[in-house]
Amino acid sequence: MASSFTRILAGRNPAVLLAGLGAGTAAVGFLLSESGALSAESKRSLYPPSADFPDLRKHNNCMAAALTPAIYAKLRDRVTPHNWTLDQSIQTGVDNPGHPFIKTVGCVAGDEESYEVFAELLDPIIKDRHNGYDPKTMKHPTDLDASKISNAVFDEKYVLSSRVRTGRSIRGLSLPPACSRSERREVERVVVTALGGLKGELSGRYYSLGDMTDSEQQQLIDDHFLFDKPISPLLTCAFMARDWPDARGIWHNNEKNFLIWINEEDHTRVISMEKGGNMKRVFERFCSGLKQVEQLIHERGWEFMWNERLGYILTCPSNLGTGLRAGVHVRLPNLSKDTRFSKMLDNLRLQKRGTGGVDTAATGDTFDISNNDRLGKSEVELVQMLVDGVNYLIECEKKLEKGQDIKVPSPVTQFKK
Amino acid sequence: MPFGNTHNNFKLNFKVEDEFPDLTKHNNHMAKVLTKEIYGKLRDKQTPSGYTLDDVIQTGVDNPGHPFIMTVGCVAGDEETYEVFKDLLDPIISDRHGGYKSTDKHSTDLNFENLKGGDDLDPDYVLSSRVRTGRSIKGYTLPPHNSRGERRAIEKLSVEALTSLDGEFKGKYYPLKSMTDAEQDQLINDHFLFDKPVSPLLTCAGMARDWPDGRGIWHNDDKSFLVWVNEEDHLRVISMQKAGNIREVFRRFCVGLKRIEEIFKKNNHGFMWNEHLGYVLTCPSNLGTGLRGGVHVKLPKLSTHAKFDEILTRLRLQKRGTGGVDTASVGGVFDISNADRLGSSEVAQVQLVVDGVKLMVEMEKKLEKGEAIDSMIPAQK
Repeated sequence: MASSFTRILAGRNPAVLLAGLGAGTAAVGFLLSESGALSAESKRSLYPPSADFPDLRKHNNCMAAALTPAIYAKLRDRVTPHNWTLDQSIQTGVDNPGHPFIKTVGCVAGDEESYEVFAELLDPIIKDRHNGYDPKTMKHPTDLDASKISNAVFDEKYVLSSRVRTGRSIRGLSLPPACSRSERREVERVVVTALGGLKGELSGRYYSLGDMTDSEQQQLIDDHFLFDKPISPLLTCAFMARDWPDARGIWHNNEKNFLIWINEEDHTRVISMEKGGNMKRVFERFCSGLKQVEQLIHERGWEFMWNERLGYILTCPSNLGTGLRAGVHVRLPNLSKDTRFSKMLDNLRLQKRGTGGVDTAATGDTFDISNNDRLGKSEVELVQMLVDGVNYLIECEKKLEKGQDIKVPSPVTQFKK
Repeated sequence: MPFGNTHNNFKLNFKVEDEFPDLTKHNNHMAKVLTKEIYGKLRDKQTPSGYTLDDVIQTGVDNPGHPFIMTVGCVAGDEETYEVFKDLLDPIISDRHGGYKSTDKHSTDLNFENLKGGDDLDPDYVLSSRVRTGRSIKGYTLPPHNSRGERRAIEKLSVEALTSLDGEFKGKYYPLKSMTDAEQDQLINDHFLFDKPVSPLLTCAGMARDWPDGRGIWHNDDKSFLVWVNEEDHLRVISMQKAGNIREVFRRFCVGLKRIEEIFKKNNHGFMWNEHLGYVLTCPSNLGTGLRGGVHVKLPKLSTHAKFDEILTRLRLQKRGTGGVDTASVGGVFDISNADRLGSSEVAQVQLVVDGVKLMVEMEKKLEKGEAIDSMIPAQK
């Protein structure tokens, strides 16, 4: 079940090794078979890395900023144990030059080992995306002890709903960009079996995307739980929508406050949410639920992808570490009009989104406020920062209501000392 | 899908039952033909360039199809795909091309002089004429599978070949990634510009990768002969002009194609062709001639006649809206073209268009005068 690095060489053909020894200088005639066919291995000699290097001059994403011809030449012919290649990792970044204002990541992992095999490219991308976090020298802390959180019950006059989400990958199985149909079905089997063991307030049921009835589908839409086939080219160009809707589904508990997506952009996305301002309870359920699921998969010999340098391993490098986005829908009618609002959010290491999610505009004066960071700080640290930040914003809102002045807070430190 | 043979080898660790796609809700040629037995037999095979069965069928798995339109549901990654995966592709080809057997031979005829007539279609009814086909260049893999290096090599060779043409074929190449705004506007106004594919039938087959790298449009100064480079096929070749002289359109088509083919042959990269399948293209539906020859023709009365569709079927023609496949007709103007691709020659297919359109224009004129057309309805061609 766990992969080993000894399999890196398993997929290689002896011809490639020969080519590496100098047969690569042979003329085209030698490389073509009698019918004129070009073999996969002889292509490597006929088309050196410089012939395949992508044109990234109009690109603005983390991959384009980090990929050099030298790095490409070094990594192009490498293969992970699940036979995933560099070209496959970067395809989404080549196909999506990016937006001048939003910097996308531009690459994905096909499996856990991608982060090792392609480290020369992924480490600088991680550093760029995660504010200087250096996977070669730093360690990422994991802390899912919800009892450490304080002051996390918000004034419901301002906070309309609270939510925490993350992702988890099953070690030994390829990630959504690379997985075969049988691997994806195995992920579904492993996770759904484990979830079937949850009890009490967490007991629930699974709805397979391909098999749900019309009325089940309508109910999931009304509950805002249903996810649909990805249309964003950022995901489709990374091969994540293949074989849709095979082995995709949604599990939720009967209370409808703990929800898991299976085989969307990650093996699993885990969401704890409820109306109102009780972030403490939301996070408690989140941590408890995650621990129970982990225990249940351990009993059957599986585990989550995790390591000391990168924390939880997920498909997109932007979600490494905690993979955690904790946030609230909060009304800030006065503060949102204040010119200092954006600066305050920056210093608190928070981001705002519209209530429809990323890239939507805010409706009225209600915002989705959540943590910016994912890697380099633990879950407890990030949730506490969100809690402290939201409490501060609410205090400011109250002050402005009374006509009092407010102060921009000083910046929060980046990494644990 | 460019996963290649190494990724496929890893998948062989899993059982056929676990890997076999769920095609229960699918309606395309691939889904009709693919069984667990065929899948089991072909899954460990690969073409010399590393194209595998899952690569061939991915687009058909991802696009279950429409209840009324039967899509093909598979593509070729290289010339050898049609050989290595013949157990799957031969039945699909037979299904799509009117029962064409694996032992049948396809005839190629690009001698425009063999066409009878076609220069006197009534310009009051026939607004424009067009013939298109595709060509694949030997020694390179096809758009679903090729690497950036290969695609660029195809572009380089194609541009060298095309820019060496002279006389009526003298023209210029416009690479998609570096054309100016003015050039782009002009190409749009001329209806020449092709854009990044949005249809999931193409994107799920990996054909839009690295867009717009290696893609471009070449056309002659007269704007009557046009070549698309690296869109859905290596080359798409189009000859067109206003009004009804489809004979002249076909002449230019044949002459231009032959000139281009000579240049590619001199560079040891002739076109992919064989006796059985004719010209080899990415989609099995375009095998044989790959030819769609047609006109935009005004048939407001005939198109509303009860027997219109039957007449088209008997004439071996198909109708489309003037926006192309899957569009509706506007103002009674239809795009009428040949339905067949494999099993008959270019001359034969264009002849059907010439004769069929001539007949339908006469029918339209009769209906205008309030006369019946029943005696004119042809037998099945």
